[in-house]
Amino acid sequence: MTHQFPSLSPEQKKELSDIAQRIVAPGKGILAADESTGTMGKRLEKIKVENSEENRRYFRDLLFSTDPSISNCVGGIIFFHETLYQKSDSGKLFPQVIKDKGIVVGIKVDKGTAGLNGTDGETTTQGLDGLSERCAQYKKDGCDFAKWRCVLKISDSCPTSLAIAENANVLARYASICQQNGLVPIVEPEIMPDGTHDLLHCQYVTEKVLAAVYKALSDHHVYLEGTLLKPNMVTAGQSCAKKFTPQEVAMATVTALRRTVPASVPGICFLSGGQSEEEASLNLNAINQVPLNRPWKLTFSYGRALQASALAAWQGKTANKAAAQEAFCSRAKINGLASKGEYKASGSADQASMQSLFSASYIY
Amino acid sequence: MPHAYPFLTPEQKKELSDIAHKIVATGKGILAADESTGSVAKRFQSINAENTEENRRLYRQLLFTADERIKPCIGGVILFHETMYQKTDDGKPFTQYLKERDMVVGIKVDKGVVPLAGTNGETTTQGLDGLYERCAQYKKDGADFAKWRSVLKITPTTPSRLAIVENANVLARYASICQMHGIVPIIEPEILPDGDHDLKRCQYVTEKVLAAVYKALSDHHVYLEGTLLKPNMVTAGHSCSHKYTNQEIAMATVTALRRTVPPAVTGITFLSGGQSEEEASVNLNAMNQCPLHRPWAVTFSYGRALQASALKAWCGKVENGKACQEEFIKRALANNLACQGKYAPSGASAAGADSLFVANHAY
Repeated sequence: MTHQFPSLSPEQKKELSDIAQRIVAPGKGILAADESTGTMGKRLEKIKVENSEENRRYFRDLLFSTDPSISNCVGGIIFFHETLYQKSDSGKLFPQVIKDKGIVVGIKVDKGTAGLNGTDGETTTQGLDGLSERCAQYKKDGCDFAKWRCVLKISDSCPTSLAIAENANVLARYASICQQNGLVPIVEPEIMPDGTHDLLHCQYVTEKVLAAVYKALSDHHVYLEGTLLKPNMVTAGQSCAKKFTPQEVAMATVTALRRTVPASVPGICFLSGGQSEEEASLNLNAINQVPLNRPWKLTFSYGRALQASALAAWQGKTANKAAAQEAFCSRAKINGLASKGEYKASGSADQASMQSLFSASYIY
Repeated sequence: MPHAYPFLTPEQKKELSDIAHKIVATGKGILAADESTGSVAKRFQSINAENTEENRRLYRQLLFTADERIKPCIGGVILFHETMYQKTDDGKPFTQYLKERDMVVGIKVDKGVVPLAGTNGETTTQGLDGLYERCAQYKKDGADFAKWRSVLKITPTTPSRLAIVENANVLARYASICQMHGIVPIIEPEILPDGDHDLKRCQYVTEKVLAAVYKALSDHHVYLEGTLLKPNMVTAGHSCSHKYTNQEIAMATVTALRRTVPPAVTGITFLSGGQSEEEASVNLNAMNQCPLHRPWAVTFSYGRALQASALKAWCGKVENGKACQEEFIKRALANNLACQGKYAPSGASAAGADSLFVANHAY
C-alpha cells in the first residue's frame, strides 16, 4: 500500500489513453456486435434466419461494409471471437475492414456468468484463466480494446455485498490484465432493468455498485485514463408502474455518475439493455443536455439499439442488404447526434424548452 | 445493501449544497483560523506575544474586521470552539459579525489525534462521542460548516492499510453526522509533507488515500454535493533532494484528484501544510492553469499561508493593527487571484505558463 511498483510505462499509458480517446471522439460511440453464437441465434430466430456461421458472417459483413461515412459516428466495434477471424465478401479479414475505415477494433473476452453459491441467483463472470495470453494474441490480431460484462440484479435482497464486491474485483482483474497487453478495457457492471423498483432505487444501487467498481480499480492499480465504462442508464424497473421521462432518466443517471466516476475516465458508453432504438437515442440525447458538469464523454455502446431495424429490414434476404445498411446507418447517425445532445426527434420541442424539463439536481 | 433509507430530505440536501457552493464561490476560499489554544501558543511564542484569551480574541478580531477588500476573497472562516463564543470590541458575537459580512462560519470539531497501537507511530482522530449533539448546538450558534483533520504520513512502512481504512472511516462517520444537522463537512485527510520521498510517491499515496476516503463516504451514504475536500497538495517530501516546479506539483495534484474525487464534490480547498505564503499561492495558481479539466472548484483553506506575515506585523501590539490587516489582505487578494489562475508573482507574467506543463501521461 505504501509503495508503487509501476505497472505501465509512460509510453504504454499514452497508447492506452490515445486509444480510449479515439473510441469516444466527439460524436462517436461503439457498435456492440459481439453477440455470442447463442445470443445471435436468438436474434436470427426472430427473423426466421438459420443460425449458421455463414449467416452470422453475412450479417456482420453487411454492417461492417456500410458506407465509410459510418466512421463519423462509430469510433469502435466490439467483436465476438469467431467474427475476428471471418472475412468480408471481398476476402478481407474483418478487423482490417474496420481499421481501414479508421474504426477501433474491440473484442469480448469474458466467458459468461457463473453462479454465486448461497445467493439468490446472483452471478459473477468467468474468463480470467489464460486471459493475459489471449489478450496478447488479440492485440496481435488487430484488437485495441476489450469488453467484459458483469451482471447484477435488483430485488428485495439483491444485489448483495458479496455480488457487488466479487464482480467489482473480477472487473478490476480483467482491466489490469488488458492494460498489460495494450488493450483498453471497457468495464461493464450491468445492473439489469428487470423488476418493479422505481428510478430512485436504481440510482441508489447504481451509485453503490460504481463506488465499489472504482475502489476495486484503484486497489488493482488500473490506469483510469486508459479505460472506458459501460454502465446501465439509471431507469425504473421494467415492471414499475410509474413511467419516467427521458429528462428524469438523464438527471438520475448523470447524478449517479458524477458521484462515482472519477473525471479521469475519458468516456462512458451506455449499454441499451432492453430499451428500444428510439428510447435509447432519446435517453442518450437527454443525458447530453443535463445542466450539470459532465467531465467524461457520454456516448453509446449499443447492440440491439443499433441493429434491431437493420435485422428487421434484412430478413435474411440479399435483396434487402442496402435497406438494412440504410437502417443501420440511420440509427448510427442519430446516436452520433444524441452523443452531442443534438438529436431532434421529429415532433419534439426544441432544445431550449427541453432544458426546462430538467428539475433541479438536489432532488436526486 | 440493496435498500436506500433516505435520511436527508431534498430541502436538507439543497441547504447543504448551497452552503458548499457559497464557500467556494468564484474567487473565494477559506481562512483557517481554527488553531487550538496549544497551536496558538506556538504562533504567539514566535512573535513574543502572550497566549491569553484576550490576545487570541484581539488577533482574530484584526483578521475578521479587515476592510471590504477581503469580501471577494473569503467565502468561509473556520473557528476554534473558544472563538465561536467571543465577541468584537462592540460586543457583537464573531459568528454574527462574519455572517453579516457574507462569510460562512465553520467550526473545527475534531478532538485531536490518538495513536493506533501496533503501527509505526500512526494515528486516528477522535471526536465522535457526542458529536451529534455538539453539531446541533453549533448549528444553532451560527456554524454552517465543520472541519475534521485526519493525519497520515509517508515512510517506508506507512501509511499502513489500517491507518488508511481507519481514518477514512472516522472521516465518513463525522461527515454523516454533520450533514444530519445542516452542517457541511470539510473532509481533511492530510498526508504530511515530512520525509525524503519524491513527487511520484506522494501522488501514489494520495491516490490510494483519497480512493479509500471516497469509498468510505459512499458506504456511509454521505451526500457528496454537500461536502468539501481539504487535501494536501501533491509535493515531494521536505527532505527530498530533487526540487519540483510549480507546474509539476500542479499536474501531479490535479491528476491525483481527477482519479479519485468524484465530480459531484463541490469544491477542493487545499491545506497549505508547511508551504510559505508565496509558495501556497503560486502552487494554487498553477493548479488553476493546469490544462486538465477540473470539475470542482479548486481553491484554498489556508491558515499559516494567510496569516504568517500578518502575525509578524502584529507582534501583539495594538498600534500594529493596521499593518497586520494589510498583510492579511495582501495574501487574501493573492489567493483570490490564484484560485482563478490569474495570479502573477512579482517578476513573472500570469500567462505563458502553459508550455511548462508536461503531458499528463507521465503521471
